[in-house]
Amino acid sequence: MTTTVADPAEVVRPPAPRREVAKAWVRDRGVYVALGLLVLYNVATSEGFLSRANINLNLIQVAVTLIVSLGMAMVIGTEGIDLSVGATMAIAAVLMPDYMGYGLPVAILVAVAAGAVVGLINGLLIAVVGVQPIVATLIMLVTGRAMANVYSNGQLTEIFDPALRTLGTGSTLGVPNTALVALLLTAVVGVVVRRTTFGRRLVAIGGNLEASTLAGLPVRRTLITVYVVSGLLAAIAGVLYTARTGAANPGQIGDLIELAAITAVVVGGTPLSGGRVRILATVAGALLLQIVFATLTRNNVDAGYARIFQAAIIVGAVYLQRDRTAS
Amino acid sequence: MDEPTVVIDVRQVSKRFLGVVALDQVSLQLRAGEVHALIGENGAGKSTLIKLITGVYQADDGEVVYLGNPVRFAQPRDAQAAGISTIYQEINLIPQVSVARNLFLGREPTGRGGLIDLPRMNREATEVVKRYGVDVDVRRPLRELATGIQQMVAIARAVESDAKVVIMDEPTSSLEPREVDQLFAVIDQLRQRGVAVLYVSHKLAEVFRICDRVTVLRDGRRVHTGPVKDMTRLSLIATMLGRDVADVSAHGTTSFSEEHDLGDRAPVLRASGLTRAHLLHGVAVDVRPGEVVGLAGLLGSGRSETAKAIFGAQPLDAGEVHVDGKQLHLGRPAAAIEAGVALLPEDRKAEGIIPGLSVRENIALAALPRMSRGGFVAQKQIDGVVDTFMKRLRIKASSPDQKVGELSGGNQQKVLLARLLCLNPKVLILDEPTRGIDVGAKAEVQALIDELAGNGLAVLLISSELSEVVEGSDSVVVLRDGAALGTLRGKDISEDRIMGMIAEAASDTRTAHA
Repeated sequence: MTTTVADPAEVVRPPAPRREVAKAWVRDRGVYVALGLLVLYNVATSEGFLSRANINLNLIQVAVTLIVSLGMAMVIGTEGIDLSVGATMAIAAVLMPDYMGYGLPVAILVAVAAGAVVGLINGLLIAVVGVQPIVATLIMLVTGRAMANVYSNGQLTEIFDPALRTLGTGSTLGVPNTALVALLLTAVVGVVVRRTTFGRRLVAIGGNLEASTLAGLPVRRTLITVYVVSGLLAAIAGVLYTARTGAANPGQIGDLIELAAITAVVVGGTPLSGGRVRILATVAGALLLQIVFATLTRNNVDAGYARIFQAAIIVGAVYLQRDRTAS
Repeated sequence: MDEPTVVIDVRQVSKRFLGVVALDQVSLQLRAGEVHALIGENGAGKSTLIKLITGVYQADDGEVVYLGNPVRFAQPRDAQAAGISTIYQEINLIPQVSVARNLFLGREPTGRGGLIDLPRMNREATEVVKRYGVDVDVRRPLRELATGIQQMVAIARAVESDAKVVIMDEPTSSLEPREVDQLFAVIDQLRQRGVAVLYVSHKLAEVFRICDRVTVLRDGRRVHTGPVKDMTRLSLIATMLGRDVADVSAHGTTSFSEEHDLGDRAPVLRASGLTRAHLLHGVAVDVRPGEVVGLAGLLGSGRSETAKAIFGAQPLDAGEVHVDGKQLHLGRPAAAIEAGVALLPEDRKAEGIIPGLSVRENIALAALPRMSRGGFVAQKQIDGVVDTFMKRLRIKASSPDQKVGELSGGNQQKVLLARLLCLNPKVLILDEPTRGIDVGAKAEVQALIDELAGNGLAVLLISSELSEVVEGSDSVVVLRDGAALGTLRGKDISEDRIMGMIAEAASDTRTAHA
């Protein structure tokens, strides 16, 4: 491909002091470096880290967070946020036992459709009514979880289904099935973001809403779709979690997963101010988070401290992303 | 006559960014009581120089001497405290708070107990803004006021803080002629008080009107400093561009050619009865293929509102728009684009570019539906189109992957024009196509408008520079207070006639109300 390349002296670049350049580098690639270092540390200090059992355990655990993070990355790309993902997982989970009688595919379909409906409500509130994303999805966080609890009387319901069990805990060619689903969804979302008009539009809208409107982009439709996709992905995560644990547990499923997903996205270098979606870096962010927790657990660090540590990671990542146009 | 006091002495400063030289041993002396113009094309180093003086950047070499002492301001606030006030092109105020609060931000008059003395602050603020010809309730939030008024408040704030040096970066870019007069009166007062003013502008007419001396930068070097009265408009342009005077005079200062031959073609765009409470009162505009119709009027006369209404981005109470005889579904930009109407918005940064996306993605944005199959973007097709437009419009970028936010204003504007031309429009609505871009890019954009009209496009041109409307248009619709006063054609188009119509209408309304 040929391009017009101007005389470098004529190209106006914004001044970028050395510190800013270093910061930008850390922001864009830091997640991979951190992930690499953490893996090296674990390989050096823990004998069993590279064992198949341990790798699979980590993959199974990360799959749910990762799938939710994919939707979150797209939502954040539009300068939005989706706090309702955990509640969506709960709604998907409590619906499943009641529809298992029609067969597993129907149960999954109903669960996933419910996720899409939650996303649709979010999208309508945000794009049509004009409620701020944080408020709209906070409403769904509270009411969605409440609805799941009311629907199930707050009871844990066990599901005994061999196919569901295979989906949640089985492997294909030695790779856990849940990890395969996560991989497949990552590939699909990656293609959607990079190669489709929908993907281009969502980053444009996140980058400059007013300009996107005046460029004739279907802003409402795109925003609604983004939240529907996020709801769909959260519901799939809910199905996988239910499959893994063999029970629908409305109180516990997806608890604080919005925090984990936002962390994965932000640590991956996607700015909260929108206009950018980094799928591969989000995957790295989710893996990093997973291994951090695994490492802390292995060293007998209390779960409460692990949360505090997670918060510190977010602070660091957000610091690196502060708007550079402050001056 | 005594040698005037040098307030700021910039000595041989250099600044490099990532190896690229932005300023190369530039010197500048700013004297008390002078208005010193700093001009140059975009990228010449004007803003870098200002930022070195005000402490946003630190010089790599050389020094800045202020009132006889070498200084190194660590941050803009330190420069401000030392008496160097800066008025930026973009208004640096807080839109949500009142005019008075903005004026006195950080130096509020306090009463008993250290609380802000609100009545006194509002009283003093009212007096201050009156001196700048602004007559508003100072308790109103700034964002409710017109851009021009906001700019005047910013200027008042900078000047009122007892500054010894006032740096103005394109202060008139959102001002009306009347407001510009007021600003110049203020600058005159500053001069008499012995304040040194550094005046950065693209508008050469202003340099000749208000400035005493001029410094010209080109490619990061100082190429000229001297009294303004020794220069002509032509020699100044030639110095900025580094070309011969003869070369510039052969091509003129605007790049529009003569009128376009229209024959008796039917209008491709017919807008009529555009009405919106308080904004538009039955505006009608017709544009024929190959014709450039100018919309003239003061700020707030309904120019941009008319443009946006036709494009469907301004809600209307009534009105009809026909394109090629077909009625347009109003209120939907996508429908307007589908019908062949494209709009270049007034505010490039806020409504035009998507700064974080690449040149390529910015150009392809609006035409994505045409450059995709089954929802997937056709990358090869996009690359081809982007390449064509980058060459044709001579967009200067390191590659199509460079972020648009990193380009100069002129190149950003060309990217937006490319975005519109990708749509293959029949009607092009251009709202302030040359605002805030350098002389070279301005000429290119003007020539392009001309060429497009020559190719049969219908162009609706809005500009706050009357000369641009007058020289660029085949006919001009004059607006005032949201109503069309009439249309000037051919030889009747002149700045005097337009001003006359606006003034006449003003006295009409006054008699009507009496």
